[in-house]
Amino acid sequence: MSLMRDTARAALPDLRNRYPGIFRGDPRRRAMIMATALAMVALAAFAFWRLEFSFARLGTGTAQIVHIVSLMFPPTPGTQLVVFVKALGETLSIALLGTLTAAIIAFPLGFLAAKNVIPNVFVHFTVRRSLDTIRGVDVLVWALIFINVVGLGPFAGVLAIAASDCGALGKLFSEAIENADRKPIEGVVSTGGTELHALRFGLLPQVFPVIASQVLYFFESNTRSASIIGIVGAGGIGLHLTEQIRVLEWDKVAFLILMILVTVAVIDGISTKLRLAIIGRTTLAV
Amino acid sequence: MAGAIVRLPPEQLRRAFAAYGDAVAAKRRRTALGGLVLLIAIGAACVSAEIDPAKFIANIHRFPNYIIGLAPTLSWANFTADLAEWFWDLRHWLRLLGDTLLIAYLGTLLGFIAAFVLCFAAAANLEKRRSVRFATRRLLEFCRTVPEIVFALLFVVAFGLGPMPAVLALSIHSAGTLGKLFAEVVENIDMKPVEGVTATGATRIAVLRHAVLPQVMANFASYTLLRFEINVRSATVIGFVGAGGIGVDLMVAIRKFYYSDVSAILILIIATVMVIDMLTERLRHALIDMEQRR
Repeated sequence: MSLMRDTARAALPDLRNRYPGIFRGDPRRRAMIMATALAMVALAAFAFWRLEFSFARLGTGTAQIVHIVSLMFPPTPGTQLVVFVKALGETLSIALLGTLTAAIIAFPLGFLAAKNVIPNVFVHFTVRRSLDTIRGVDVLVWALIFINVVGLGPFAGVLAIAASDCGALGKLFSEAIENADRKPIEGVVSTGGTELHALRFGLLPQVFPVIASQVLYFFESNTRSASIIGIVGAGGIGLHLTEQIRVLEWDKVAFLILMILVTVAVIDGISTKLRLAIIGRTTLAV
Repeated sequence: MAGAIVRLPPEQLRRAFAAYGDAVAAKRRRTALGGLVLLIAIGAACVSAEIDPAKFIANIHRFPNYIIGLAPTLSWANFTADLAEWFWDLRHWLRLLGDTLLIAYLGTLLGFIAAFVLCFAAAANLEKRRSVRFATRRLLEFCRTVPEIVFALLFVVAFGLGPMPAVLALSIHSAGTLGKLFAEVVENIDMKPVEGVTATGATRIAVLRHAVLPQVMANFASYTLLRFEINVRSATVIGFVGAGGIGVDLMVAIRKFYYSDVSAILILIIATVMVIDMLTERLRHALIDMEQRR
């Protein structure tokens, strides 16, 4: 054993000379990696300075966090359990209605943005770019805007989720439509079906499962969004969360966070099951 | 293509049609049932979310007004002056946007470091102790399921207003999502190099460095870049709870109905997000190319 090791050690300098590439690596590559790492560290240092990071604040803040977490146990709803459960229901309602509205708006947009339905380059380019723009605005911004339009409350939340998701859903729908197989559509047309028949019997059966599973997936993620848009005043459980944080009722805050986590987990489970049932276990695309 | 279509005997045809009818009817019943459940859910949701169609219709005209209000007064006659007035505080906004990008960068970087440390302990092929794996995975799950803005709310109370709570909130959330993705990447590696390096008597660190890292680094970098994209979006709104970046100004502008400011800031944000998306996409493609050339 040690003999082998000694032999290998003795042969090492010779091997190093013969295969420098293996031992040292490409020097240009090394230099590039070093330069990138250095630039990243420098940028991080600049960011720490610019954003006024201080270890003193980090220390006191961490102590504060530990204190807050200790106050969180045991989580309790106090006397407001009914109010909280109602707010949770409101959150789910916002997510459901927002997602459905988004899907209804996105459905025709998806057809407009699909290359194989509208061959006009100009139309689908414009539709795509506007969908991208809508997608670039965060749901919280939409919530603030709709609060200005319809006032505080869950309705603003529904509209915010609908607005921010119709961009993303429209894009996904158009991709589903573009990926559809031409053959069933041609088949329907060859039997004398009209354009509408081709859409209904050739295209829709192909894209519907994909679309349904995407809508479910968005409902899932919107449950998360709907639980936070209350923070800016658009209804749901987020409203109570900010309120309880403002008045420093940490045990209630912990209870609310737990409620959100459990609900999100349950909705995730149900929607994953439904998606698998709709689209089939083998071809789950999302 | 000669020959007539073979017609089945009437008895067999009747049975086939009946079976087909039954199958279609069963499918229709299932669809109808699903639709009914959905309708009931929508009804309940409308009640719970206080949807009032009458109020909506009465106020719908305000929405176009609001959008029109957002548009600035631009005229061809003195276009540059109007533009300058629209973006009157451009330097301040650009500085805030820079801060926002720095928040996203630091959040991603710190999240990456935490995820990198934790991911090996969450991967089934490198961490044999089930208890360690379980604990690490639950920790990562907690970090990614609590929304980052909730972390930001808590940290604003603990650390005070400013960009620091935003960075910490983003990094915790990023650590959770990246840690999970990294662990999946690590679980999919080829175990032969690991066995080879272990067989030479290397330490755990050496095994990770020489057998695992070369296989996973490109994927790690690609996921981190994607996360940076997402964090740029999040960093623009995390200021809503008082945690620094351009979000603070956007919130004030929206709340106080400074119409043209809202549109100016939104345009800046959307443009920045698009540019960042494009750059990271280029970088990711370059990374993938580099990986394939090796």
